[in-house]
Amino acid sequence: MSLLKALFRHPSGRIGATIVLVYLLLAAMGWIGLTPHDPLAQNRIARLQPPSARYWLGTDLFGRDVASRLMTGIGQSFLIAFLSVAVAASVGTVLGLVAAWFERFWDGILMRSMDILLAFPAILLAMLVVAVLGPGTWTSVLAIAFVYMPIFTRVVRGPALSLKNREFVDAARTFGSSTGYIVTRHLLLNIVAPLTVQVTLALAWALLTEAGLSFLGLGTQPPAASLGVMLSDSRNLMEMAPWLMICPAIAIMGGILGFNLLGDALRDILDPKTRVARA
Amino acid sequence: MNTLIRRLAAFPLVLLGVSSLVFVAIRLVPGDAITAMLGTQAGLLTPAQKAALAAYFGLDRPWIAQYWHWLRALLHGDLGISVTYGKPVLEVILQRFPLTLELALLSMAIALVIGVPAGVYAATHAERRSDLVLRIGAMIGQSTPSFVFGLVIIYVLSAGFGVLPAMGTFTPLLKDPLANLGQLILPALTLGAAFAAAVTRIARSAMLDVLSEDYVRTARSRGVPARGVIWRHALPNALIPVVTVSGIEFGYLLGGAVIVEQLFALPGLGRMVLDAILQRDYALVQGTVLFIAFNFMVVNLLVDLTYVWLDPRIRARG
Amino acid sequence: MTLLSVSDLHVGFGRDPEKSEVVHGVSFDLAAGETLALVGESGSGKSVTALSVNRLIDFGGGRVTRGTILLERQDGSQLDLVGAPEAELSRIRGAEIGMIFQEPMSSLNPVKTVGAQIGEAFRLHHGLSGRAVTSAAREALERVRIPDPVRRLGQFPHEMSGGMLQRVMIASVLACNPRLLIADEPTTALDVTIQAQIMALLAELRDETGMGMIFITHDIGLVAGIADKVMVMRDGRSVEQGALGAVLDDPQHPYTKHLLHSVPHFAHGKAVRCDGPGADGSERPAPALKVDDLTVRFNIKRTLFRPSQGNIHAVERVSFDLLPGETLGIVGESGSGKSTTARAILGLAPSSGRISATGQGLRPVQMVFQNPYASLNPRLAVEDLLAEPVLAAGHRFDADARERMHMLLDRVDLPADSLTRYPHEFSGGQRQRICIARALMLNPSVVVLDEAVSALDVSVQARVLDLLVDLQREFQLAYLFISHDMAVVERIAHRVAVVCRGEIVEMGPSAAVLSDPRHSYTRRLIAAVPNIARRRVHFDLDTSQVPSILHPAGWEPPEVRWLEVGPGHLAREEVA
Repeated sequence: MSLLKALFRHPSGRIGATIVLVYLLLAAMGWIGLTPHDPLAQNRIARLQPPSARYWLGTDLFGRDVASRLMTGIGQSFLIAFLSVAVAASVGTVLGLVAAWFERFWDGILMRSMDILLAFPAILLAMLVVAVLGPGTWTSVLAIAFVYMPIFTRVVRGPALSLKNREFVDAARTFGSSTGYIVTRHLLLNIVAPLTVQVTLALAWALLTEAGLSFLGLGTQPPAASLGVMLSDSRNLMEMAPWLMICPAIAIMGGILGFNLLGDALRDILDPKTRVARA
Repeated sequence: MNTLIRRLAAFPLVLLGVSSLVFVAIRLVPGDAITAMLGTQAGLLTPAQKAALAAYFGLDRPWIAQYWHWLRALLHGDLGISVTYGKPVLEVILQRFPLTLELALLSMAIALVIGVPAGVYAATHAERRSDLVLRIGAMIGQSTPSFVFGLVIIYVLSAGFGVLPAMGTFTPLLKDPLANLGQLILPALTLGAAFAAAVTRIARSAMLDVLSEDYVRTARSRGVPARGVIWRHALPNALIPVVTVSGIEFGYLLGGAVIVEQLFALPGLGRMVLDAILQRDYALVQGTVLFIAFNFMVVNLLVDLTYVWLDPRIRARG
Repeated sequence: MTLLSVSDLHVGFGRDPEKSEVVHGVSFDLAAGETLALVGESGSGKSVTALSVNRLIDFGGGRVTRGTILLERQDGSQLDLVGAPEAELSRIRGAEIGMIFQEPMSSLNPVKTVGAQIGEAFRLHHGLSGRAVTSAAREALERVRIPDPVRRLGQFPHEMSGGMLQRVMIASVLACNPRLLIADEPTTALDVTIQAQIMALLAELRDETGMGMIFITHDIGLVAGIADKVMVMRDGRSVEQGALGAVLDDPQHPYTKHLLHSVPHFAHGKAVRCDGPGADGSERPAPALKVDDLTVRFNIKRTLFRPSQGNIHAVERVSFDLLPGETLGIVGESGSGKSTTARAILGLAPSSGRISATGQGLRPVQMVFQNPYASLNPRLAVEDLLAEPVLAAGHRFDADARERMHMLLDRVDLPADSLTRYPHEFSGGQRQRICIARALMLNPSVVVLDEAVSALDVSVQARVLDLLVDLQREFQLAYLFISHDMAVVERIAHRVAVVCRGEIVEMGPSAAVLSDPRHSYTRRLIAAVPNIARRRVHFDLDTSQVPSILHPAGWEPPEVRWLEVGPGHLAREEVA
């Protein structure tokens, strides 16, 4: 794969891809239960223990192993992020293509609807969805997908509109190519690159939003482990047990950073606009 | 001018859409509204009393009629009555809004003062060490959630210096500007950090794009010195995407920085919405969300106006 | 007196400029009042050489690695620009070396008024301020013959036409009376009549000011009118240089000969084809394409605050026949409606009138577009690109289709392994060959070629034209060849139709129309075409505005009367 090779030759791509791979590994281990301890098992004797050989990242107020909880938390965050971005990207892409292809009426209707959704601050819209559906994993997925969908619609519609006026689409029309062929092979195929970049950045943003919702108590519900909840719980214990705050804080930042770096690198690789100017 | 006029024409339409979305969302909440409104006390009511209450609030009428009623009241500036505060919703909102507005303005000022020069500097020193440092800083800044950054600030202050940020009763700006600023500076820094990172990144890439434009080469061929090229020729063009990004971020901040207000115990709009949702004060949720969306749209309109001011092509194309 | 003396100039790019060198030791001298033309195709290093003279190349990632660039300063001293510090260079740029560029639209700052951009030079180099700047800028605009200069000063670049903007560029450069002017393809983006005027203006101003000029162009035909000396460049080297007459009349290097003789140059109807249907006295076949009263109008929509402004009459009652094996050239300037005509025939623009094509298959008319970089989907391999018309027509992509594909690839001289490759792996000329092969996949009877060779380098142009002629003979194709380039049309068209403002004004056999134009517009157009044979002609400056093609709703053009001025040669009657 030339893309992977290019990614590892790109400095921030190398770091980003490595971070994301490590997180994926941790998430997978968290999911199949391959953790050093049971993330939910409470242990009265081993409460608030600092990091040690037995508890690598210490324990929390209930004596639960922080490292194990972190792994399942990452698993949970990644699951929600991937699912929500998958939903947002597929629905948003279809809507964007429809808006661009039909222009006029459908474009007006769809884009005004997206304007309505975009008129809400993201976290507020997500909160509203949670208020309606009640907190939980699937609600988080839907809330994040709902918030990000209009952005995908815009990201797809813009290039699709300009591609539609390119000469190769004109050429296809002179051959009498079908709408389906033109939309999939001439439009969609050429939007894959910006879409890939957007998906990566959306994943970073989804991690952030998921953590934010959990932090506010509107996301994953305790006792299930979640990075946002762990961080929120650490607030009153921060001076006594700083590792309770530091570990999830670094975990959240690292994940977001990984996807952001990856997205930046992909943008450089997939959109090779040479930037040679100096001042 | 045409774009602006179209935007203005779409304004009430989008607002209508927002209001109906909010209205429908609230009606979709499981459980009947009376129970939702009264919480645990609802159990003390007889079914007849509940029905009477529903009739009083107009909740027994069909949705369309309720919506129409709500819209009509809305046009008169009546957003309903908050159950938790026992006051008109608008009054509650206007009480909280100054803090949110001040916080948003302060964060944006921090972001622009740091972000624009940093972005320009990085672009004009592209691929050198200073650019790399700025880019890494901006990348980390953008990847740090505000609650993580806020917590770190609080932790460093309390663990390192034994100080706790001034929480508790909030002092309005006009009452004691210094005390007010003391309370707001940390939350503003928390919000401003990620905002500044975003501005730095967009300013850098916009500046790089503009610096490779033909007209910049023309300016150089006329003997315009480097500083004139950057500030007089390139920057006005590079500001356009910066305005877009800042406008969006500012608009979101006007909706209340839920998490940071929560973290620093500030009585702003965002925390109010959160509390309203948690306490199921739906008139308040409905009113506040609408108010926030309205603000956001006004900011977008201001952004459009700024475009027109910055770019004569938009002025003409309309 | 040498104004500028460049010797052994080497320029490279990137981190290791010595390794990625693009200019390999170029030397030339220029005296005050003299004009040197740098001629070459893309990649010849001519622009890089020019940008190295005022060291603007540094900002494009390039570096002068060896050589000297000696400039005689205002005070008579000499300075080597290669070693000069940036602060010194920025004092020289504008004040002593002025430069104008190819794209006037993108070369002016879109957010600043024309007045501010011209005024900048006066502020920087003359220390003027306030009202003095405005009046100096106004005088500068008057000097380049821009009508109504006071109003123009307050306008932004997007409010002016390309020709006007190039005048603004010239005005802003001349503001400081530079001793040396570098003009990098200043007329390439302009229409031929506007080109003639800009050339005239440059020549006049040069004579007036006595400045030296370096004129860069890809078109050797253009240099005859302006240069004293010519340097021909190829692959970063100067292959031949000398006085204008010596190079043009007695070229030594084969590449110069090639540029002068193998590449299309306009010859006033002397270089036309003499094959064509009916040339051998045989009976004329039935037309492959018949177009009657083709009209395209775009409605300017009424908006909430503006009543309908009427219709843009892009194409108005265009009629012609096209025989199998024949090429009809449609020539006109930008905005004349020639491309819209092509698009309407292919059904890409809404039109009224009758279009009938005879031939086998569903779509007997195919099209090749102008930009070979934009007309091939970059994400599809050549095989998929060639298969598309077959699949679109509802056929199976079977063994027969494959065989035709291989045959066509071979006919357009593309290697057989091209099928699995992607468009970006091919050069511009090769891409256009792919487009031609694709247009022929369904065995059409008519091919519409919309500026099909305009984006190509002159040498490549000549080869693609030869290919088109061969294919026409082999498959008895009818070509509708749309172009702004008279020289190219002369080479390929049997008949020519001249369009102006959406209407045909003159039509007839190429030899007749090009050698003896009858309509005033055709005459003006042909007079403006650059020509190797014509040395030092003088053009009158024409600042008349082209009348608008926007007419109120319900407007119909007046009835047209045609004069038959020769066999098959028609010209519109003009009302005096």
